[in-house]
Amino acid sequence: MSLDHTSPGMVQRNTPIHRLGRDRIASAGAVTVAVAVLAAVFAPVLAGLSGNDPYAYDLSALDATGAPAGWGGGISAAHWFGVEPLTGRDLFSIVVHGARTSLLVGVGASVVAVMLGVLVGITAGYFGGWFDVAASRVIDVLFGFPGLIFMIAVGAIAPAAFPRVLLLVLVIGFFGWPSIARVVRGQTLALRTQGYVRASVALGAGPGHVLLRQILPGLTATIVVFSTMSIPGTIGAEAALSFLGVGVPPPTPSWGRSIGDAVTWFSTDPFYLLFPGVALFVVTLAFNVFGDGLRDALDPRSSGLTR
Amino acid sequence: MTALARVPSAPASSRGMARADVVHTVRFVASKVAGLALVLLIVSALTFAVFVLLPADPAQLSCGRPCTPQRLEAARGYMGLDRSAWNQYADFLRGIVAGRTFGAGPTAITCDAPCLGYSFRLNESVTTLIVSRLPVTFSIAIGAAVLWFVGGVAAGVVAAIRRGTLTDRFVILGAVTGVSAPSYLVGLLGILLFGFTLDVVPVSGYVPFTKSPVGWAWHLVLPWAVLALLSAAVYARLTRALMLDVMGTDYIRTARANGLTERRVVTRHALRNVLIPVVTLFGLDLGALLGGAVITEKVFSMAGLGSLLLDAVGNVDLPIVVGVTLFSAALILVANLVVDLLYGLLDPRVRT
Repeated sequence: MSLDHTSPGMVQRNTPIHRLGRDRIASAGAVTVAVAVLAAVFAPVLAGLSGNDPYAYDLSALDATGAPAGWGGGISAAHWFGVEPLTGRDLFSIVVHGARTSLLVGVGASVVAVMLGVLVGITAGYFGGWFDVAASRVIDVLFGFPGLIFMIAVGAIAPAAFPRVLLLVLVIGFFGWPSIARVVRGQTLALRTQGYVRASVALGAGPGHVLLRQILPGLTATIVVFSTMSIPGTIGAEAALSFLGVGVPPPTPSWGRSIGDAVTWFSTDPFYLLFPGVALFVVTLAFNVFGDGLRDALDPRSSGLTR
Repeated sequence: MTALARVPSAPASSRGMARADVVHTVRFVASKVAGLALVLLIVSALTFAVFVLLPADPAQLSCGRPCTPQRLEAARGYMGLDRSAWNQYADFLRGIVAGRTFGAGPTAITCDAPCLGYSFRLNESVTTLIVSRLPVTFSIAIGAAVLWFVGGVAAGVVAAIRRGTLTDRFVILGAVTGVSAPSYLVGLLGILLFGFTLDVVPVSGYVPFTKSPVGWAWHLVLPWAVLALLSAAVYARLTRALMLDVMGTDYIRTARANGLTERRVVTRHALRNVLIPVVTLFGLDLGALLGGAVITEKVFSMAGLGSLLLDAVGNVDLPIVVGVTLFSAALILVANLVVDLLYGLLDPRVRT
């Protein structure tokens, strides 16, 4: 970052990006998120570096009981994080490919949730009337709903032919939109009465133009912050469902499922729990602190008042 | 956050005033209950529609092998699946109110009201199954909720009062960590540390309260702590932020200027306003609490509502899946209603 040459008297630039850059914890979160995204994108390359892929069995790495042979769950030059009990699959490959699953489902579900939430929130706030009443009621009900129970139940009845990852994205996204819709609705209500919006309506602009060109740009900061802050929740939901055995089906690597499988092994092989668990925790934590920092940077008045 | 100073309540001497107040409260409660009933009806219709419209056929699953077309037809008739979707839904609703009978003659199965369906796999009514599992889930959920609410609010208040000190930083750090850690992971680590390594608490199982209250609590200590720790983090953060806000307001300064002790200012004046949004959040979190209990049951191998549901999902036992889903929705909606009413007690402004 260069010094500000144009105005020697000024000490610090005060744009959101600079505010975010000065927040060391949030920056660390951003870097970690970037690393996780890169790991997910280049998962086959990373796994290839160790000469493994997440689907290849390696029974020679196991002892007679099916537990990994050697110290630390079978950590060796060939298997950097050790191997999975019973199958001998490379745990490092599983963890980096698991980042793919987690981020794909997490980000996908957040996109679904944000799109639904913005659509409902902006229309309810702008048009008002019976639609607003109905939408607000639905939001209220969904808010207190036992979403996880419904997600488990839907897993039971969805046809087997339906791709599981897409199902997870849709189901998790569906239970994520109410919080975004509520905030967007509130902001739309405020923006609707602004001079520039009323001027646009007076000039004869249709609702489509007003919503997309006048109001939506004013919501950008909110949408960015909420998208970021919803990702840890959606990643957690995927991991929880996979942990319970109703999420991503084997053999697709998933941190949640590995943790679930590790339950039966953790007295003999705690490392099997350690690596996927730490990966899930670190990525969730990174998204949380990054989201917090982003919110503070975009809205200096807020001070950690939200959840 | 508008902070209202405590205004001495007007003496309710006139009887007319009191009656108007009662009528008002009754109307408030009645409108809430009516809304709840409507929402429940819609939720049940939607849930039922999803499960009926999807291709899984319960008759096919319970028909056995070899499944001849005749046997399949008989099974469908027995379960009432040969009727139209509307009639099936009507049967289901009638079963909840008045009970229902499957089949006729000596092989008939009666399912007493409130009948949430019948599991032909377990030969048991879904209602009975749910009721038998409820104590476990309730024990986990209520204990954890008490711990997390009290613990979270206390930590938040302490952090706010000692703003900037080491205690404050510790609470903030613990809160952001707690928000990010998945409950099952913490649960497993807890089992590993306290169960296996230190060997101080049991790692699984459930003892009924009526059998041994001490054993009950002893088996639940770890699940409670795990589930509470994570949600307490959110409450600590919220309480701290609200507390800092409220402590800077004029009415708190007035209270201090009047010579009240700091303890009294915090507990009697500040906390009252802080608790209102916290209770709102608590109402919203009840659904998450139930979900958390499901995960906790799995981690600690306890036979509660969650394990009933997971087991049914694994065996494609649709009546149980529908029954548990609807039951949990109803449970949460009713609990939310109670929170709504409590909210009215806590904050008189919402009643108007």
